[in-house]
Amino acid sequence: MSSYDTIIIGAGLSGLAAGIRLAHYDRRVCILERHTTIGGLNSFYRLGGRNFDVGLHAVTNYTPKGARKGPLARLLRQLRFRWEDFALVPQIGSQIAFPGISLNFTNDFELFRSEVHQAFPAERANFDKLSAAIMDYDDLDGALASQSARSIVTQWIRDPLLIDMLFCPLQYYGGAREHDMDFGQFSIMFRSIFQEGFARPWSGIRQILKNLVRRFKELGGELRLRAGVQRMEVDDDRVSRIVLDDGSEITADRVLSSAGLVETLAMVDQQPARTPQPGQLSFVEGIAVLNEQPQKLGCDRSVIFFNDSDKFRWQKPDELVDVTSGVVCLPNNFKFDRPLEDAMVRVTALANYDRWRLLPPVDYQAAKQATYERIMEIVGRFIPEYRARTVASDMFTPMTVERFTGHANGAIYGSPEKRRHGTTHLKNLFLCGTDQGFVGIIGAMFSGIMIANRHVLGTVSTDLEQVAAVGVDF
Amino acid sequence: MGPAEIKETILDILEGIAPDEDLSGLKDDVPLREQLELDSMDFLDIVMELRKRYRVQIPEDDYLELATMNSTVNYLTPLMKDLEKV
Ligand SMILES: Cc1cc2nc3c(=O)[nH]c(=O)nc-3n(C[C@H](O)[C@H](O)[C@H](O)COP(=O)(O)OP(=O)(O)OC[C@H]3O[C@@H](n4cnc5c(N)ncnc54)[C@H](O)[C@@H]3O)c2cc1C
Repeated sequence: MSSYDTIIIGAGLSGLAAGIRLAHYDRRVCILERHTTIGGLNSFYRLGGRNFDVGLHAVTNYTPKGARKGPLARLLRQLRFRWEDFALVPQIGSQIAFPGISLNFTNDFELFRSEVHQAFPAERANFDKLSAAIMDYDDLDGALASQSARSIVTQWIRDPLLIDMLFCPLQYYGGAREHDMDFGQFSIMFRSIFQEGFARPWSGIRQILKNLVRRFKELGGELRLRAGVQRMEVDDDRVSRIVLDDGSEITADRVLSSAGLVETLAMVDQQPARTPQPGQLSFVEGIAVLNEQPQKLGCDRSVIFFNDSDKFRWQKPDELVDVTSGVVCLPNNFKFDRPLEDAMVRVTALANYDRWRLLPPVDYQAAKQATYERIMEIVGRFIPEYRARTVASDMFTPMTVERFTGHANGAIYGSPEKRRHGTTHLKNLFLCGTDQGFVGIIGAMFSGIMIANRHVLGTVSTDLEQVAAVGVDF
Repeated sequence: MGPAEIKETILDILEGIAPDEDLSGLKDDVPLREQLELDSMDFLDIVMELRKRYRVQIPEDDYLELATMNSTVNYLTPLMKDLEKV
């Protein structure tokens, strides 16, 4: 039976980042991944001779080369990467489009501020106060962090329309809970999207994943694909034995799991006193390959967050899909010095996992096709001739997410309950990634680093507490 | 290892942690935190790199000694005098 210092469940962004930290400090570490490839929620594939990204709209938290502050700079140092290794190219500009009103934003916060000032003159001072407070806010263990962001933001901003317009992108890029988010998460997301910003590598998520996995292996880390963890045996409040899908067994001093809270608990026979709730929010995404660059077809926005209702609703829809709000992403519209190989547009909208799951197999394909048509219609607002320009397409549903990543209910941002400290009811089992609470590409890597530092490498407690507090100041 | 080699060792470690930084203009008497905006995660990494490379153990109470290059070298000189630079 093989034996390790640490087993990491999942070769997504958080697991790979945690693995690099541990391998760098000479721990005997193995990453177990059920799927045939790395990346998890943010992977890549080939279809019809083209490269596709699974999840990547934009890398958030963008800061330019030379910046020393912010999560991107900090995680590059922790993983010993150069800025160039991620090859991030900033966005042209994005938009929040609501009925009759839109706000543009770029990676220069001043532009967003002036857009808000112009559209909401009565909220000028309020918005400035809110953004200043968020800029300085770094106490994620503090009393405010777990409170309702909606109720706190309402104390600053009066106009419900502006509140909805601020929440819409933040929830789409990291809202695990229906209707609201906690203020800690709101602050992280506000900074990562509005105050820092969006970027993309020219070759997509491959650029980042390739670097992570190469580094992990160079450092002596072991990666096993098609090696799903079936269950973990518990002895004396500790994981004593890990059993893989093929029946083989492994032991390890510690286990870090990026599979999610509910998903990880399902692997152990000893359950905690209270059962956590799985996430409810899933998405469909349609992808159209166009035969012309979007800018030539009249659209230069990088990401558009749209909402067509009076009130923005962040909840599980009753139907297969809710097309009244969503995200349109145009990967070509970043400041690349050479065009991407393909022109694409992606549209994401909220979906109901149960409805998709209950579809009889014969109806599933038809529903997928019909939903694709419905969500892609939105592209017509920005690129009128998109339909005639489409040369290929793809689409995923909540079932696809569940099948390839194991996330219960196809919930991309996981459970509404987060475990900021990464601990579980078992002494040597820890969570990283999605259900630790940092989501997104940068957030997931940061989570892996933080949990590896805290629970595996950490020898000192008090300083680590401080590190952890600092470690989340984004 | 004497003070000059210890300083080189620290520079090696800093270069590893922050490969994008130009360390040639680093001032020996100004806090590293100020010059490079290192955070506590980075300071812990300096401690862990010293342990990994030279098995030097730095107790938590002494972390403040790592504030500047000068104070770091002074602090490490007795601890590392019998070690060979790798
Ligand atoms: C469509 C979509 C668009 C997105 N867009 C963006 C974006 O534009 N910007 C952004 O920052 N973020 C985006 N995200 C979110 C981002 O991708 C995720 O937050 C991040 O990748 C999560 O990483 P993780 O390591 O925490 O989890 P995961 O990537 O889910 O990794 C968990 C891994 O564990 C494996 N696993 C599960 N169970 C087992 C088991 N029993 N045994 C072995 N392995 C197991 C899974 O296969 C998976 O590989 C998007 C996500 C999606 C799906």
